[in-house]
Amino acid sequence: MILAAALLALAAPATPPAIGAGQTVSSAPLADTQLADPVAEAKAQALMEELRCLTCQSQSIADSNAPMAGDMRHQVRSRIAAGEEPEQVRAWLVERYGDYVTFRPGFDWATWPLYALPLLFILVAGVLLFRRIGRGGE
Amino acid sequence: MKRLWLILPLALFGLFIGLAAYQMTQPKDEFVRSTMIGKPLPAFDLPGETEDAPRLTSQMFADGTPRLLNVWATWCLPCIAEAPQLDALAKRGVPIVGVAIRDEPEAIAQFLDRYGNPYSAIARDDIAELQLALGSSGVPETFVIDGKGVIRYQHIGDIRADNIDEIYAEWEKAR
Repeated sequence: MILAAALLALAAPATPPAIGAGQTVSSAPLADTQLADPVAEAKAQALMEELRCLTCQSQSIADSNAPMAGDMRHQVRSRIAAGEEPEQVRAWLVERYGDYVTFRPGFDWATWPLYALPLLFILVAGVLLFRRIGRGGE
Repeated sequence: MKRLWLILPLALFGLFIGLAAYQMTQPKDEFVRSTMIGKPLPAFDLPGETEDAPRLTSQMFADGTPRLLNVWATWCLPCIAEAPQLDALAKRGVPIVGVAIRDEPEAIAQFLDRYGNPYSAIARDDIAELQLALGSSGVPETFVIDGKGVIRYQHIGDIRADNIDEIYAEWEKAR
């Protein structure tokens, strides 16, 4: 099923243009042009790898050739070039598309078990281990 | 009692596997809904239908008239299928503003010539900036914008014949 989805994603940009040809590439200036400032570009790149392409939902916008992903990369780069922090850009997108757009889940009422459960497991394992070793030493 | 405690981790694991297996058999909702419903239309200033046409701005939506904002493109096949339904809505008196994504004036003129023009105005969004600001993830999508310029409703995908009444009702509600 994953393979089928991948093939579909590959096939999608190849559909023949109906009237205009505008859908094949993004014309946004910063879609595929790196920022001149390497620090800003690195910030943008790191964020782009954590944002979900909306038309090819299993890829990040850094990985995707979809025009929509290019337009999203332009938003990320231009906002970071304008001085926004990556988290502000992420928040701007989450405000519009919900948590779905980011691959890094935030910390809220629905996602806290993701962070709390591993800690709990480690704690329980630690207690069990401590008791075993403690008992062995008696 | 001790035995039961030993089974607990296995039981939890089994529960997890069961839940995951169940979820995998469920059809996935491919739609990414906008979370902008109830929020004001983001500020924009975009070129019009042709190079000479007046620009379209977000301010024109705050004039007291509710409108449909139709995100479409001439290269989008479902948009052709949607054209008769948009025409029907326009004939029922609904003003429709088109936002053409990654498009060109010549292609737009050709499309309207061939499939009819239900739009009161068209903006060209060459880099999908308004589309992204709206929380729209594809074409076509249709938003109901009330007279104060607040986004009230989102329809994802092409408007079918049996969606017309529903969308008209949402537009009426925004009056």
